[in-house]
Amino acid sequence: MSLRLFWAGWLFHLKGLTNSLFFLLVSVLQPVIFASIAFFMVDTGSQSGTLLYVALGAGLMGIWSATLFGSGGAIQWQRWQGTLELLVGAPPPFVAILFPLTVATSTIGIYSVFATLLWGRIFFAVPLDFVHPLQLAVALPATILSLGMLGLLLASTFVLYRNANAFSNLLEYPVWLATGLLVPLSLLPGWVTPISWVLSPTWGMRAIRDAAFGGNAWPELAMCVGLGIVYLGLGALALRNFERLARSRATLSLT
Amino acid sequence: MTASARVFFVGGAISYRALFNWISPGMYVTTMLGSPLFQILFFTYLGRYAGSEDDSFFIVGNAIQVAAMAGIYGMTMGIANERQYGTLQPLLATPANRLAIFAGRALPFVANGLFVSAFGFAVSWLLLDFRPAEGSVPALVVAVFVTTCSCVALGMLIGSIGLRARDVFFGANLVYFLMLLVCGVNIPNDELPGWLGAIGNCLPLTHGIEAAREIVAGTPLSDVSGLLLTEAFIGLVYATAAYTLFRVFEAEGRRRASLETY
Repeated sequence: MSLRLFWAGWLFHLKGLTNSLFFLLVSVLQPVIFASIAFFMVDTGSQSGTLLYVALGAGLMGIWSATLFGSGGAIQWQRWQGTLELLVGAPPPFVAILFPLTVATSTIGIYSVFATLLWGRIFFAVPLDFVHPLQLAVALPATILSLGMLGLLLASTFVLYRNANAFSNLLEYPVWLATGLLVPLSLLPGWVTPISWVLSPTWGMRAIRDAAFGGNAWPELAMCVGLGIVYLGLGALALRNFERLARSRATLSLT
Repeated sequence: MTASARVFFVGGAISYRALFNWISPGMYVTTMLGSPLFQILFFTYLGRYAGSEDDSFFIVGNAIQVAAMAGIYGMTMGIANERQYGTLQPLLATPANRLAIFAGRALPFVANGLFVSAFGFAVSWLLLDFRPAEGSVPALVVAVFVTTCSCVALGMLIGSIGLRARDVFFGANLVYFLMLLVCGVNIPNDELPGWLGAIGNCLPLTHGIEAAREIVAGTPLSDVSGLLLTEAFIGLVYATAAYTLFRVFEAEGRRRASLETY
């Protein structure tokens, strides 16, 4: 039952997102543009041999953007479409319904990884030599799943705000910076590092880079998934509270 | 005050207020100030990592580019939202001067763009140790003003297309991000492939940013007047194209009774 629910929700939402021009922009065009900027900057700068590093980072930036905008707005969109009451009224727990939706939004971000790698390969001759392809094959979906769990936490938090999209706009760049997706954390002020530890994209990115460039990706992967489980627990608690308040105040469908 | 001037100033102010009536001041701060701040920080740190240019290059480029956010998104919404919210027909049923309606909407976004850009420079001074050449600030204000106006003109054009297109915000987003790539914001235009550089030279921002960088480095305003005149001319071309499209779509919409159909 739970697996079927997950599969149906994930697939349905994924199909919907794939038809969205906005998500085409966020998960394909925007990462490709940012990757191109970074490629040119690295190419003309003093850093050498970092094009694959940049391509992977830009790809993960796209996954974060898709998660941020998709998950942050997941509940709000259900509201606008008039389906939120039906979902809350359905027999399964609301968290079991929302979780596949947020994982679908991070899954759509996988386009960005393939897009930036392909773009980099074709136009910038990025070498696609991965030292541990198996580890990479595990690290990528695990990172996406973990980001989906972070998306659930975002969705449950953003529901308290009427204009969550504005917060989504605000959080895009800071998380790109604080998780070291393109800029190494060692260049940032020291107080950013502890923040990066509680953000799963940090660990996902490290795991993916370890898999790509040689290294042991498993510890970082464990951290990434572990943090995801914490997000899931916190998100479930917040959602339960939201649902209780919305039912008692009869504000579920109010925007 | 003549009727046209009233439409220009009062109509523009009401349109601007309408745009922000659904958000709280907190939303303005997060979208119009928070996001630009982190954009400047992101590209400056990325520049430090890549080692391609100095901090000042990225600060000037991005602090001016963020004005395009107000200019492009704001102006696009200022025009295209009339159709989306169903107010286009009553607006166009009035005998008001069309140029005053159209241009009046631009004024608040120019002011907004200037403010956002000034904020970007101020936080860069505070956080990134940005120090323009002594006495260069008035000339920098002129450069930012001209560039913001030309960005608003581009926003007008996209907004006018929004009177007909189904999803104009896709175009606005795409243009905004492409400007980061082709307008010399983060990469010198001569480092780009020729065709990308050529696109950048036809867009607002490119010449304005180049002028601003020279001003910040100590070049007097008179020496960059050519760049600023080119920037202003590009803005004028976009504004003219935008107004022409606006009138064409108005006439076409009346003829086919399709002003607000999608």
